Amino acid sequence: MDLSVQVGPLHLRNPLIAASGCFGYGLEYADVVDLSSLGAIAVKGLFLGERDGHPPPRIVETPSGMLKAIGLQGIGVRRFVREKLPSLRERGAVVIVNICGSTVDEYVELARILSGEEGVAALELNISCPNVKEGGLTFGCNLDATFAVVSAVRRATTLPIIPKLTPNVTDIASFARASEDAGADAVSLVNTFLAMAIDVETRRPKLSNVVGGLSGPAIRPIAVRMVYDCWRAVKIPVIGMGGIAGARDVIEFMIAGATAVQVGTASFVDPFIWGKLEAGIRGYLERHDLARVADLIGSLRLERPIDNGPAAGCA
Amino acid sequence: MKADVDAIVLSNTRLSPLYNVLALEAPGIAREVEPGQFVMLKTSAWDVPLLRRPYSVFEIVHDEAGRPLGVSVLSKRVGVGSQQVYEAAPGQHLACLGPLGRPFTAVDAPSAAWMIAGGVGLAPFATLAAALRRRGVAPTLFYGARTGAELFCLDLFTRLGVRLELATEDGSRGERGPVTVPLERALATTPADAPVMVYGPEAMLKAVALLARRHARPSQLAMERLMGCGLGGCYSCVVKVRGEDGGTHYGRACLDGPVFRGDEIVWD
Repeated sequence: MDLSVQVGPLHLRNPLIAASGCFGYGLEYADVVDLSSLGAIAVKGLFLGERDGHPPPRIVETPSGMLKAIGLQGIGVRRFVREKLPSLRERGAVVIVNICGSTVDEYVELARILSGEEGVAALELNISCPNVKEGGLTFGCNLDATFAVVSAVRRATTLPIIPKLTPNVTDIASFARASEDAGADAVSLVNTFLAMAIDVETRRPKLSNVVGGLSGPAIRPIAVRMVYDCWRAVKIPVIGMGGIAGARDVIEFMIAGATAVQVGTASFVDPFIWGKLEAGIRGYLERHDLARVADLIGSLRLERPIDNGPAAGCA
Repeated sequence: MKADVDAIVLSNTRLSPLYNVLALEAPGIAREVEPGQFVMLKTSAWDVPLLRRPYSVFEIVHDEAGRPLGVSVLSKRVGVGSQQVYEAAPGQHLACLGPLGRPFTAVDAPSAAWMIAGGVGLAPFATLAAALRRRGVAPTLFYGARTGAELFCLDLFTRLGVRLELATEDGSRGERGPVTVPLERALATTPADAPVMVYGPEAMLKAVALLARRHARPSQLAMERLMGCGLGGCYSCVVKVRGEDGGTHYGRACLDGPVFRGDEIVWD
């Protein structure tokens, strides 16, 4: 049984990737999971420099989901390379480094620094964080800016580059296309949905940042639809994420068009989820008499072809 | 070694309409847990609530032969998760991940040790008191609550050889007012270098930390935060701390804490 998948130039032993922002720098989990057993680890988003992030409270639970505004607290790329990367390499982890910048030049600088380091498998371009003013959404909500940042990073590195797309746009597929046109090797989606929760007793926001990003099972059907939209729009691989909590959800995303998936919130709930997901995928392939998990990618069965517009276009 | 145990509920003792003690079978965690460490409980098998809830370990439960069998948690009913902990029935299963976090640092005789608890903040002090007694230290517990009816498990602490100083907001038991009143008096009148170890509401933690500093006492504070994962993955449970270089940063309560040195914390 073959669980491996090919994300552009990146070969993964299985389609399971730890989602950025949900797995620290990976090493936090080294004593609960064999880091080399994952398809890859997308480490916490890195700027050039260190960042404090937002004051607490940074998290609040909402129905079947959670709302989070961390503010990209991080140790910066240089400390990451010095303090974390060697240990990740030693443990055989396939490391996708999530990078964030306030300007195109910062993304390019990050790409240059990381291109020279052994043990970086790919770059995920965070152009979709809903919780920081600079960077993030500034790039991810504008097609020209998305194209500009992806093509600039493309010129700066031969590493596989994977823009991480925001769902906080009208037509996410057009951002996948802009990324593809700019030379991206794959796209990953969705980042979290911009959302808000209020304590009605005090009339105060439940997060210090007032708004935050919604993740968890609550967003899964929207994410599946967006993966399907993007899969139909581009030829490069799509990495799907959004509320995956079990093997059936992995399968669902792959049928919708995902080549690989990322898991975030569910690994908070169950840090030992990775082995269970892999076993569940194996069980599914066995029951369906499939030899390769890759055969599931985009295998949605339709009674009749649907038109070329967004699957859930505006009426 | 951190483990996720499919723990059976051994017993559920309701102390009041809000508080209960839930004992869980988790021998591995019971053998390893240190005072001040916590577990992450999945209070429902379903998505409501979705995330686990952090609970400080209250007691080590032993079997008839005296071997560690499990741990208990002291819970106050405030939301969905703690409601489920309040209602949990013996025999039911609950996923219990632990032991997690940085514990209290115990001291040795002849030092004394002062433990300060507010409300449900009593939780870590039963195991800490036992650990201190094993080291020949006679601990004192300053324990405050809203009313006398919410001062729990006093006989347990008396059995452990702990001297009690009680305070209630309504004056129904012990001294009237916050627990800092008897604490401040003791600090002023007792020359000692005993560390002050504290857990409770944030305002109380801050007040005690500042009192300890004023009286040149070392303090250790267990900080309570909303937590996503308990393992350092989500960066939700942060506490502003001063590093060795003098700069401040957000430390994670699940990894760098929950117990911090009082002089590490940067208060707003």
